[in-house]
Amino acid sequence: MNMLIGWLTGLIANCITLAARFITGARAIWLGCHASHNRRLYFANHSSHGDFVLLWASLPALLRKRTRPVAGAEYWQNTALKRFISQRVFNAVLVPRGSQGAGNPLAPVQQALADGDSLIFFPEGTRNLSESPLLPFKSGIYHLAHACPDLELIPVWITNLNRAMPKGRYLPLPLLCTLRFGAPIKLQDEETKVAFLERLRLALLAMSREDV
Amino acid sequence: MNQTLWLFAGIGLLMVLATLVGKLLAWRKGNDAVIANLNARINAWWVMVFAIGIAFMFGLYGVILLFFLVSFYALREFLTLTPTRDSDYLALVAAFYFALPAQYLLIAIHWYGMFSILIPVYLFLLMPILSSLGGDTTHYLERTAKVQWGLMIAVYCVSTVPALMTLNIEGYEGRNLMLIAWLIFVVQLSDVLQYCCGKLFGKHKVAPKLSPSKTLEGLIGGVLLATMLGAGLYWITPFTPWQAALIALLVNLLGFAGGLVMSTIKRDQGIKDWGHMIEGHGGMLDRIDSVCFAAPVFFHVVRYWWA
Repeated sequence: MNMLIGWLTGLIANCITLAARFITGARAIWLGCHASHNRRLYFANHSSHGDFVLLWASLPALLRKRTRPVAGAEYWQNTALKRFISQRVFNAVLVPRGSQGAGNPLAPVQQALADGDSLIFFPEGTRNLSESPLLPFKSGIYHLAHACPDLELIPVWITNLNRAMPKGRYLPLPLLCTLRFGAPIKLQDEETKVAFLERLRLALLAMSREDV
Repeated sequence: MNQTLWLFAGIGLLMVLATLVGKLLAWRKGNDAVIANLNARINAWWVMVFAIGIAFMFGLYGVILLFFLVSFYALREFLTLTPTRDSDYLALVAAFYFALPAQYLLIAIHWYGMFSILIPVYLFLLMPILSSLGGDTTHYLERTAKVQWGLMIAVYCVSTVPALMTLNIEGYEGRNLMLIAWLIFVVQLSDVLQYCCGKLFGKHKVAPKLSPSKTLEGLIGGVLLATMLGAGLYWITPFTPWQAALIALLVNLLGFAGGLVMSTIKRDQGIKDWGHMIEGHGGMLDRIDSVCFAAPVFFHVVRYWWA
Protein backbone atom coordinates (compact mmCIF):
# COMPACT_ATOMS: atom_id res chain seq x y z
CA MET A 1 0.00 0.00 0.00
CA ASN A 2 2.75 2.41 0.94
CA MET A 3 4.61 1.48 -2.20
CA LEU A 4 1.50 2.17 -4.26
CA ILE A 5 1.03 5.60 -2.66
CA GLY A 6 4.70 6.36 -3.18
CA TRP A 7 4.41 5.41 -6.84
CA LEU A 8 1.23 7.43 -7.25
CA THR A 9 2.65 10.57 -5.62
CA GLY A 10 5.77 10.26 -7.75
CA LEU A 11 3.61 10.03 -10.86
CA ILE A 12 1.52 13.04 -9.84
CA ALA A 13 4.67 15.01 -9.07
CA ASN A 14 6.03 14.19 -12.53
CA CYS A 15 2.75 15.18 -14.19
CA ILE A 16 2.59 18.50 -12.37
CA THR A 17 6.25 19.16 -13.19
CA LEU A 18 5.76 18.37 -16.86
CA ALA A 19 2.61 20.47 -17.07
CA ALA A 20 4.28 23.43 -15.35
CA ARG A 21 7.25 23.16 -17.69
CA PHE A 22 5.13 22.80 -20.80
CA ILE A 23 2.83 25.70 -20.03
CA THR A 24 5.54 28.13 -18.94
CA GLY A 25 8.49 26.75 -20.90
CA ALA A 26 10.31 27.21 -17.56
CA ARG A 27 13.93 28.01 -18.23
CA ALA A 28 16.39 27.83 -15.36
CA ILE A 29 19.45 30.04 -15.78
CA TRP A 30 22.19 29.22 -13.30
CA LEU A 31 24.05 32.52 -13.21
CA GLY A 32 25.76 32.49 -9.85
CA CYS A 33 26.01 28.78 -9.08
CA HIS A 34 25.44 25.29 -10.47
CA ALA A 35 22.87 22.75 -9.41
CA SER A 36 24.35 21.02 -6.37
CA HIS A 37 23.54 18.57 -3.60
CA ASN A 38 24.75 21.05 -0.96
CA ARG A 39 22.11 21.89 1.61
CA ARG A 40 20.56 25.04 0.23
CA LEU A 41 17.79 27.48 0.81
CA TYR A 42 16.40 28.87 -2.44
CA PHE A 43 14.68 32.18 -1.73
CA ALA A 44 12.52 33.73 -4.42
CA ASN A 45 10.08 36.50 -5.18
CA HIS A 46 6.50 35.45 -4.58
CA SER A 47 3.71 36.54 -6.90
CA SER A 48 1.70 33.38 -7.55
CA HIS A 49 0.71 30.14 -5.83
CA GLY A 50 2.53 28.40 -8.65
CA ASP A 51 5.90 29.87 -7.66
CA PHE A 52 7.18 26.95 -5.63
CA VAL A 53 5.91 24.41 -8.17
CA LEU A 54 7.85 26.14 -10.92
CA LEU A 55 11.01 26.53 -8.85
CA TRP A 56 10.76 22.91 -7.77
CA ALA A 57 10.12 21.78 -11.36
CA SER A 58 13.13 23.67 -12.67
CA LEU A 59 15.54 21.78 -10.39
CA PRO A 60 17.19 18.58 -11.64
CA ALA A 61 15.14 15.48 -10.70
CA LEU A 62 17.69 14.23 -8.17
CA LEU A 63 17.70 17.52 -6.27
CA ARG A 64 13.92 17.68 -6.25
CA LYS A 65 13.75 14.67 -3.95
CA ARG A 66 15.66 16.50 -1.24
CA THR A 67 14.20 19.96 -1.77
CA ARG A 68 11.08 20.91 0.16
CA PRO A 69 8.96 24.03 -0.29
CA VAL A 70 8.04 26.02 2.79
CA ALA A 71 4.39 27.02 2.49
CA GLY A 72 1.65 28.60 4.56
CA ALA A 73 -0.30 26.03 6.57
CA GLU A 74 -3.61 27.90 6.33
CA TYR A 75 -3.73 27.84 2.53
CA TRP A 76 -2.29 24.37 1.97
CA GLN A 77 -4.22 22.55 4.70
CA ASN A 78 -7.76 23.74 4.21
CA THR A 79 -8.90 21.05 1.76
CA ALA A 80 -8.08 17.34 1.45
CA LEU A 81 -6.72 17.83 -2.07
CA LYS A 82 -4.37 20.63 -1.05
CA ARG A 83 -3.26 18.60 1.98
CA PHE A 84 -2.50 15.65 -0.28
CA ILE A 85 -0.59 17.76 -2.82
CA SER A 86 1.39 19.80 -0.32
CA GLN A 87 2.29 16.96 2.05
CA ARG A 88 2.40 13.85 -0.11
CA VAL A 89 3.41 15.15 -3.53
CA PHE A 90 5.70 18.05 -2.69
CA ASN A 91 6.63 17.02 0.84
CA ALA A 92 6.13 20.65 1.86
CA VAL A 93 7.10 22.06 5.23
CA LEU A 94 3.96 23.80 6.42
CA VAL A 95 4.27 26.72 8.79
CA PRO A 96 1.46 28.65 10.50
CA ARG A 97 1.17 32.22 9.30
CA GLY A 98 1.96 35.10 11.66
CA SER A 99 2.86 34.44 15.28
CA GLN A 100 -0.31 32.72 16.35
CA GLY A 101 0.01 29.65 18.55
CA ALA A 102 2.66 28.88 21.05
CA GLY A 103 6.29 28.11 20.35
CA ASN A 104 8.59 28.81 17.45
CA PRO A 105 6.69 28.83 14.12
CA LEU A 106 9.92 28.00 12.28
CA ALA A 107 10.54 24.83 14.29
CA PRO A 108 9.41 22.46 11.48
CA VAL A 109 11.63 24.35 9.02
CA GLN A 110 14.63 24.06 11.29
CA GLN A 111 13.88 20.37 11.72
CA ALA A 112 13.89 19.91 7.93
CA LEU A 113 17.25 21.65 7.68
CA ALA A 114 18.58 19.49 10.50
CA ASP A 115 17.48 16.43 8.49
CA GLY A 116 19.68 17.66 5.64
CA ASP A 117 16.91 18.81 3.28
CA SER A 118 17.14 21.85 1.02
CA LEU A 119 14.29 24.35 1.10
CA ILE A 120 12.32 26.67 -1.14
CA PHE A 121 11.47 29.80 0.81
CA PHE A 122 9.59 33.02 0.10
CA PRO A 123 10.97 35.67 2.45
CA GLU A 124 8.27 38.20 1.59
CA GLY A 125 5.94 35.94 3.56
CA THR A 126 2.96 36.57 1.28
CA ARG A 127 2.24 36.99 -2.40
CA ASN A 128 3.32 40.33 -3.76
CA LEU A 129 0.34 41.82 -5.60
CA SER A 130 1.68 45.39 -5.47
CA GLU A 131 3.44 47.33 -8.22
CA SER A 132 6.79 47.29 -6.40
CA PRO A 133 9.12 44.41 -7.29
CA LEU A 134 9.59 43.12 -3.73
CA LEU A 135 7.84 43.46 -0.39
CA PRO A 136 9.99 43.89 2.75
CA PHE A 137 11.49 40.58 3.89
CA LYS A 138 10.24 38.91 7.05
CA SER A 139 12.94 38.08 9.58
CA GLY A 140 12.42 34.29 9.46
CA ILE A 141 15.11 33.78 6.85
CA TYR A 142 17.66 35.52 9.11
CA HIS A 143 16.84 33.17 11.99
CA LEU A 144 17.25 30.16 9.70
CA ALA A 145 20.63 31.38 8.45
CA HIS A 146 21.64 32.10 12.04
CA ALA A 147 20.70 28.59 13.16
CA CYS A 148 22.59 26.94 10.23
CA PRO A 149 25.73 28.96 9.52
CA ASP A 150 26.85 26.74 6.63
CA LEU A 151 23.51 27.03 4.81
CA GLU A 152 23.83 28.36 1.24
CA LEU A 153 21.13 30.92 0.49
CA ILE A 154 20.47 31.11 -3.26
CA PRO A 155 18.49 34.03 -4.68
CA VAL A 156 16.08 32.94 -7.44
CA TRP A 157 14.19 35.51 -9.47
CA ILE A 158 11.04 34.18 -11.14
CA THR A 159 9.77 36.26 -14.06
CA ASN A 160 6.37 36.33 -15.68
CA LEU A 161 4.61 33.72 -13.56
CA ASN A 162 2.21 36.37 -12.28
CA ARG A 163 1.21 36.89 -15.92
CA ALA A 164 1.06 33.18 -16.78
CA MET A 165 -1.00 32.35 -13.69
CA PRO A 166 -2.76 35.55 -12.68
CA LYS A 167 -4.37 35.75 -9.27
CA GLY A 168 -7.94 34.51 -9.14
CA ARG A 169 -7.95 32.99 -12.65
CA TYR A 170 -8.21 29.29 -13.32
CA LEU A 171 -6.88 28.97 -16.85
CA PRO A 172 -3.12 29.60 -17.08
CA LEU A 173 -1.68 31.46 -20.07
CA PRO A 174 1.21 29.75 -21.86
CA LEU A 175 3.67 32.64 -21.44
CA LEU A 176 7.37 31.92 -21.00
CA CYS A 177 8.80 32.06 -17.48
CA THR A 178 12.45 32.31 -16.54
CA LEU A 179 14.17 31.48 -13.26
CA ARG A 180 17.52 33.12 -12.57
CA PHE A 181 19.67 31.51 -9.90
CA GLY A 182 22.21 33.79 -8.21
CA ALA A 183 25.39 33.17 -6.22
CA PRO A 184 25.17 31.54 -2.76
CA ILE A 185 25.00 33.89 0.22
CA LYS A 186 25.98 33.03 3.78
CA LEU A 187 25.42 34.93 7.00
CA GLN A 188 28.65 36.68 7.96
CA ASP A 189 30.01 36.91 11.49
CA GLU A 190 28.45 39.75 13.41
CA GLU A 191 26.20 40.74 10.51
CA THR A 192 23.05 42.35 11.86
CA LYS A 193 19.56 41.18 10.95
CA VAL A 194 18.72 44.41 9.12
CA ALA A 195 21.98 44.39 7.13
CA PHE A 196 21.59 40.72 6.22
CA LEU A 197 17.99 41.08 5.06
CA GLU A 198 18.96 44.08 2.95
CA ARG A 199 21.84 42.15 1.41
CA LEU A 200 19.49 39.28 0.51
CA ARG A 201 16.94 41.70 -0.93
CA LEU A 202 19.51 43.42 -3.14
CA ALA A 203 20.93 40.07 -4.30
CA LEU A 204 17.45 38.94 -5.33
CA LEU A 205 16.69 42.23 -7.07
CA ALA A 206 19.99 41.98 -8.94
CA MET A 207 18.72 38.71 -10.47
CA SER A 208 15.63 40.50 -11.78
CA ARG A 209 17.66 42.54 -14.23
CA GLU A 210 17.67 41.04 -17.71
CA ASP A 211 21.25 42.07 -18.47
CA VAL A 212 22.99 40.07 -15.72
CA MET B 1 6.08 11.21 -54.74
CA ASN B 2 9.22 10.91 -56.85
CA GLN B 3 9.68 14.67 -56.65
CA THR B 4 9.34 14.66 -52.87
CA LEU B 5 12.00 11.98 -52.58
CA TRP B 6 14.35 13.82 -54.94
CA LEU B 7 13.86 17.08 -53.06
CA PHE B 8 14.46 15.56 -49.64
CA ALA B 9 17.43 13.59 -50.97
CA GLY B 10 18.85 16.86 -52.28
CA ILE B 11 18.24 18.60 -48.95
CA GLY B 12 19.80 15.64 -47.13
CA LEU B 13 22.88 15.86 -49.35
CA LEU B 14 23.10 19.60 -48.69
CA MET B 15 22.84 18.97 -44.94
CA VAL B 16 25.56 16.32 -45.02
CA LEU B 17 27.77 18.74 -46.94
CA ALA B 18 27.06 21.55 -44.46
CA THR B 19 27.75 19.24 -41.52
CA LEU B 20 31.08 18.15 -43.04
CA VAL B 21 32.13 21.75 -43.72
CA GLY B 22 31.11 22.70 -40.17
CA LYS B 23 33.13 19.85 -38.67
CA LEU B 24 36.11 20.67 -40.89
CA LEU B 25 36.03 24.33 -39.84
CA ALA B 26 35.77 23.35 -36.17
CA TRP B 27 38.74 21.00 -36.62
CA ARG B 28 40.82 23.64 -38.45
CA LYS B 29 39.99 26.68 -36.33
CA GLY B 30 39.34 25.07 -32.94
CA ASN B 31 37.35 26.98 -30.35
CA ASP B 32 35.81 29.81 -32.33
CA ALA B 33 32.49 31.33 -31.28
CA VAL B 34 31.28 31.91 -34.86
CA ILE B 35 32.13 28.32 -35.86
CA ALA B 36 30.49 26.92 -32.72
CA ASN B 37 27.35 28.91 -33.51
CA LEU B 38 27.49 27.72 -37.13
CA ASN B 39 27.60 24.09 -35.99
CA ALA B 40 24.79 24.65 -33.49
CA ARG B 41 22.74 26.12 -36.35
CA ILE B 42 23.49 23.15 -38.61
CA ASN B 43 22.49 20.69 -35.87
CA ALA B 44 19.24 22.59 -35.35
CA TRP B 45 18.64 22.43 -39.11
CA TRP B 46 18.79 18.65 -38.95
CA VAL B 47 16.02 18.67 -36.36
CA MET B 48 13.95 21.15 -38.37
CA VAL B 49 14.36 19.17 -41.62
CA PHE B 50 13.27 15.98 -39.84
CA ALA B 51 10.25 17.74 -38.29
CA ILE B 52 9.18 19.03 -41.71
CA GLY B 53 9.82 15.63 -43.32
CA ILE B 54 7.66 13.82 -40.76
CA ALA B 55 4.88 16.42 -41.11
CA PHE B 56 4.99 15.97 -44.91
CA MET B 57 4.48 12.23 -44.53
CA PHE B 58 1.12 12.94 -42.90
CA GLY B 59 0.01 15.34 -45.64
CA LEU B 60 -2.50 18.13 -44.96
CA TYR B 61 -3.06 17.33 -41.28
CA GLY B 62 0.63 16.84 -40.61
CA VAL B 63 1.44 20.22 -42.11
CA ILE B 64 -1.43 21.88 -40.22
CA LEU B 65 -0.22 20.41 -36.92
CA LEU B 66 3.38 21.43 -37.60
CA PHE B 67 2.51 25.04 -38.34
CA PHE B 68 0.00 25.16 -35.49
CA LEU B 69 2.91 24.36 -33.19
CA VAL B 70 5.14 26.89 -34.95
CA SER B 71 2.44 29.52 -34.41
CA PHE B 72 1.97 28.54 -30.78
CA TYR B 73 5.67 28.89 -29.97
CA ALA B 74 5.98 32.11 -31.97
CA LEU B 75 2.90 33.64 -30.33
CA ARG B 76 4.07 32.82 -26.81
CA GLU B 77 7.49 34.31 -27.55
CA PHE B 78 5.89 37.47 -28.87
CA LEU B 79 3.35 37.88 -26.07
CA THR B 80 5.90 37.04 -23.38
CA LEU B 81 7.80 40.14 -24.45
CA THR B 82 4.66 42.26 -24.78
CA PRO B 83 3.91 44.12 -21.56
CA THR B 84 0.24 43.30 -21.11
CA ARG B 85 -1.64 44.01 -17.91
CA ASP B 86 -4.09 42.08 -15.80
CA SER B 87 -7.01 43.51 -17.81
CA ASP B 88 -5.72 41.82 -20.96
CA TYR B 89 -6.25 38.36 -19.47
CA LEU B 90 -9.44 37.62 -21.43
CA ALA B 91 -7.93 38.92 -24.66
CA LEU B 92 -4.88 36.69 -24.18
CA VAL B 93 -7.11 33.71 -23.41
CA ALA B 94 -8.94 34.42 -26.68
CA ALA B 95 -5.64 34.69 -28.55
CA PHE B 96 -4.16 31.43 -27.28
CA TYR B 97 -7.22 29.25 -26.82
CA PHE B 98 -9.54 30.53 -29.54
CA ALA B 99 -7.82 32.41 -32.37
CA LEU B 100 -4.86 30.06 -32.67
CA PRO B 101 -6.76 26.73 -32.91
CA ALA B 102 -9.64 28.29 -34.87
CA GLN B 103 -7.32 29.61 -37.58
CA TYR B 104 -5.85 26.16 -38.21
CA LEU B 105 -9.23 24.45 -37.95
CA LEU B 106 -10.48 26.72 -40.73
CA ILE B 107 -7.66 25.50 -42.96
CA ALA B 108 -8.50 21.89 -42.14
CA ILE B 109 -12.11 22.42 -43.27
CA HIS B 110 -11.06 24.55 -46.27
CA TRP B 111 -13.16 27.57 -45.22
CA TYR B 112 -11.18 30.23 -47.05
CA GLY B 113 -13.64 33.09 -46.49
CA MET B 114 -13.47 32.86 -42.72
CA PHE B 115 -9.78 31.95 -42.68
CA SER B 116 -8.87 35.20 -44.39
CA ILE B 117 -10.87 37.53 -42.13
CA LEU B 118 -11.07 35.83 -38.72
CA ILE B 119 -8.01 37.54 -37.25
CA PRO B 120 -7.78 40.73 -39.32
CA VAL B 121 -11.48 41.58 -38.83
CA TYR B 122 -13.25 39.64 -36.09
CA LEU B 123 -10.37 39.27 -33.64
CA PHE B 124 -9.31 42.84 -34.42
CA LEU B 125 -12.68 43.91 -33.01
CA LEU B 126 -13.04 41.27 -30.30
CA MET B 127 -9.66 41.73 -28.62
CA PRO B 128 -10.07 45.42 -27.68
CA ILE B 129 -13.60 44.68 -26.49
CA LEU B 130 -12.28 41.98 -24.15
CA SER B 131 -9.42 44.19 -22.98
CA SER B 132 -11.76 47.08 -22.23
CA LEU B 133 -13.89 44.89 -19.96
CA GLY B 134 -11.02 44.89 -17.45
CA GLY B 135 -11.49 48.61 -16.98
CA ASP B 136 -7.80 49.53 -17.07
CA THR B 137 -6.94 52.54 -19.26
CA THR B 138 -3.16 52.46 -18.80
CA HIS B 139 -1.46 52.08 -22.22
CA TYR B 140 -4.74 50.64 -23.49
CA LEU B 141 -4.27 51.29 -27.21
CA GLU B 142 -0.63 50.23 -27.07
CA ARG B 143 -1.48 46.95 -25.34
CA THR B 144 -4.31 45.97 -27.66
CA ALA B 145 -2.32 46.99 -30.75
CA LYS B 146 0.62 44.85 -29.70
CA VAL B 147 -1.47 41.78 -28.97
CA GLN B 148 -3.18 42.14 -32.36
CA TRP B 149 0.19 42.53 -34.06
CA GLY B 150 1.42 39.36 -32.39
CA LEU B 151 -1.63 37.46 -33.62
CA MET B 152 -1.16 38.73 -37.16
CA ILE B 153 2.52 37.81 -37.35
CA ALA B 154 2.61 34.58 -35.35
CA VAL B 155 -0.77 33.09 -36.30
CA TYR B 156 -2.22 34.74 -39.41
CA CYS B 157 0.98 35.07 -41.44
CA VAL B 158 2.35 31.66 -40.44
CA SER B 159 -0.98 29.95 -41.18
CA THR B 160 -0.83 30.99 -44.84
CA VAL B 161 1.89 28.35 -45.32
CA PRO B 162 -0.35 25.30 -44.62
CA ALA B 163 -3.20 27.16 -46.35
CA LEU B 164 -1.30 26.59 -49.61
CA MET B 165 -2.58 23.02 -49.31
CA THR B 166 -6.14 24.22 -49.87
CA LEU B 167 -5.51 25.85 -53.26
CA ASN B 168 -6.88 24.09 -56.35
CA ILE B 169 -4.33 24.57 -59.10
CA GLU B 170 -5.20 23.14 -62.48
CA GLY B 171 -2.79 20.45 -63.59
CA TYR B 172 -1.08 20.52 -60.18
CA GLU B 173 -3.60 18.44 -58.20
CA GLY B 174 -2.22 16.47 -55.27
CA ARG B 175 1.16 18.19 -55.39
CA ASN B 176 0.53 21.24 -53.21
CA LEU B 177 2.98 19.96 -50.59
CA MET B 178 5.71 20.75 -53.11
CA LEU B 179 4.57 24.36 -53.18
CA ILE B 180 5.13 24.56 -49.42
CA ALA B 181 8.47 22.79 -49.76
CA TRP B 182 9.56 25.23 -52.47
CA LEU B 183 8.56 28.31 -50.45
CA ILE B 184 10.20 27.18 -47.20
CA PHE B 185 13.29 25.92 -49.01
CA VAL B 186 13.84 29.09 -51.03
CA VAL B 187 13.14 31.53 -48.18
CA GLN B 188 15.16 29.65 -45.58
CA LEU B 189 18.02 29.02 -47.99
CA SER B 190 18.01 32.73 -48.75
CA ASP B 191 18.48 33.36 -44.99
CA VAL B 192 21.30 30.83 -44.85
CA LEU B 193 23.00 32.17 -47.99
CA GLN B 194 22.68 35.76 -46.78
CA TYR B 195 24.35 34.67 -43.56
CA CYS B 196 27.12 32.81 -45.43
CA CYS B 197 27.74 35.57 -48.00
CA GLY B 198 27.69 38.14 -45.20
CA LYS B 199 30.22 36.21 -43.13
CA LEU B 200 32.48 35.59 -46.17
CA PHE B 201 32.32 38.88 -48.08
CA GLY B 202 30.33 41.25 -45.84
CA LYS B 203 31.73 44.77 -45.63
CA HIS B 204 28.98 47.37 -46.01
CA LYS B 205 26.24 47.35 -43.41
CA VAL B 206 22.86 47.69 -45.01
CA ALA B 207 20.94 48.78 -41.89
CA PRO B 208 23.50 49.47 -39.15
CA LYS B 209 20.91 50.80 -36.71
CA LEU B 210 18.33 48.05 -37.16
CA SER B 211 20.41 44.93 -37.67
CA PRO B 212 24.20 45.33 -37.62
CA SER B 213 24.79 41.78 -38.85
CA LYS B 214 23.06 42.36 -42.21
CA THR B 215 25.43 43.44 -44.98
CA LEU B 216 24.88 44.57 -48.55
CA GLU B 217 27.15 41.79 -49.84
CA GLY B 218 25.15 39.23 -47.85
CA LEU B 219 21.85 40.62 -49.09
CA ILE B 220 22.79 40.66 -52.77
CA GLY B 221 24.68 37.36 -52.75
CA GLY B 222 22.08 35.53 -50.68
CA VAL B 223 19.04 36.80 -52.54
CA LEU B 224 20.58 36.23 -55.97
CA LEU B 225 21.75 32.70 -55.21
CA ALA B 226 18.46 31.73 -53.58
CA THR B 227 16.55 33.22 -56.51
CA MET B 228 18.61 31.14 -58.94
CA LEU B 229 17.94 28.06 -56.83
CA GLY B 230 14.23 28.86 -56.76
CA ALA B 231 14.23 29.14 -60.55
CA GLY B 232 16.20 25.89 -60.84
CA LEU B 233 13.52 24.15 -58.80
CA TYR B 234 10.68 25.33 -61.07
CA TRP B 235 9.89 21.69 -61.92
CA ILE B 236 8.35 21.09 -58.49
CA THR B 237 6.06 24.14 -58.87
CA PRO B 238 3.27 25.12 -61.26
CA PHE B 239 5.51 27.99 -62.49
CA THR B 240 7.66 28.34 -65.60
CA PRO B 241 11.39 28.95 -64.92
CA TRP B 242 11.02 32.71 -65.36
CA GLN B 243 7.93 32.88 -63.19
CA ALA B 244 9.73 30.83 -60.55
CA ALA B 245 12.68 33.23 -60.66
CA LEU B 246 10.48 36.30 -60.29
CA ILE B 247 8.45 34.82 -57.45
CA ALA B 248 11.61 33.59 -55.73
CA LEU B 249 13.04 37.11 -55.96
CA LEU B 250 9.81 38.49 -54.50
CA VAL B 251 9.69 36.11 -51.52
CA ASN B 252 13.42 36.53 -50.86
CA LEU B 253 13.15 40.31 -50.74
CA LEU B 254 10.08 40.02 -48.51
CA GLY B 255 11.97 37.56 -46.31
CA PHE B 256 14.84 40.00 -45.96
CA ALA B 257 12.41 42.79 -45.10
CA GLY B 258 10.74 40.51 -42.53
CA GLY B 259 14.06 39.87 -40.84
CA LEU B 260 14.68 43.60 -40.77
CA VAL B 261 11.27 44.44 -39.29
CA MET B 262 11.47 41.78 -36.58
CA SER B 263 15.01 42.86 -35.78
CA THR B 264 13.82 46.45 -35.41
CA ILE B 265 11.21 45.31 -32.89
CA LYS B 266 13.82 43.32 -30.95
CA ARG B 267 16.12 46.31 -30.83
CA ASP B 268 13.29 48.52 -29.63
CA GLN B 269 12.53 45.99 -26.87
CA GLY B 270 16.22 45.75 -25.96
CA ILE B 271 16.55 42.04 -26.65
CA LYS B 272 18.85 40.05 -28.91
CA ASP B 273 16.70 36.99 -29.58
CA TRP B 274 12.99 36.25 -29.26
CA GLY B 275 13.62 33.08 -27.31
CA HIS B 276 15.95 30.15 -26.77
CA MET B 277 14.19 27.08 -28.10
CA ILE B 278 16.36 26.56 -31.21
CA GLU B 279 20.03 26.15 -30.32
CA GLY B 280 22.21 28.62 -32.24
CA HIS B 281 19.27 30.41 -33.86
CA GLY B 282 17.46 31.89 -30.86
CA GLY B 283 13.71 31.54 -30.67
CA MET B 284 11.07 30.30 -33.06
CA LEU B 285 10.37 33.86 -34.25
CA ASP B 286 14.06 34.38 -35.02
CA ARG B 287 13.92 31.45 -37.40
CA ILE B 288 10.61 32.19 -39.11
CA ASP B 289 10.65 36.00 -39.35
CA SER B 290 11.37 35.85 -43.08
CA VAL B 291 8.65 33.23 -43.72
CA CYS B 292 6.11 35.39 -41.83
CA PHE B 293 6.54 38.15 -44.39
CA ALA B 294 7.00 36.02 -47.49
CA ALA B 295 4.22 33.44 -47.00
CA PRO B 296 1.07 35.63 -47.07
CA VAL B 297 2.14 37.44 -50.26
CA PHE B 298 3.21 34.17 -51.88
CA PHE B 299 -0.13 32.61 -50.95
CA HIS B 300 -2.12 35.41 -52.55
CA VAL B 301 0.08 35.61 -55.64
CA VAL B 302 -0.45 31.91 -56.27
CA ARG B 303 -4.13 32.10 -55.40
CA TYR B 304 -4.76 35.08 -57.71
CA TRP B 305 -2.89 33.89 -60.79
CA TRP B 306 -2.81 30.11 -60.55
CA ALA B 307 -5.71 28.84 -58.47
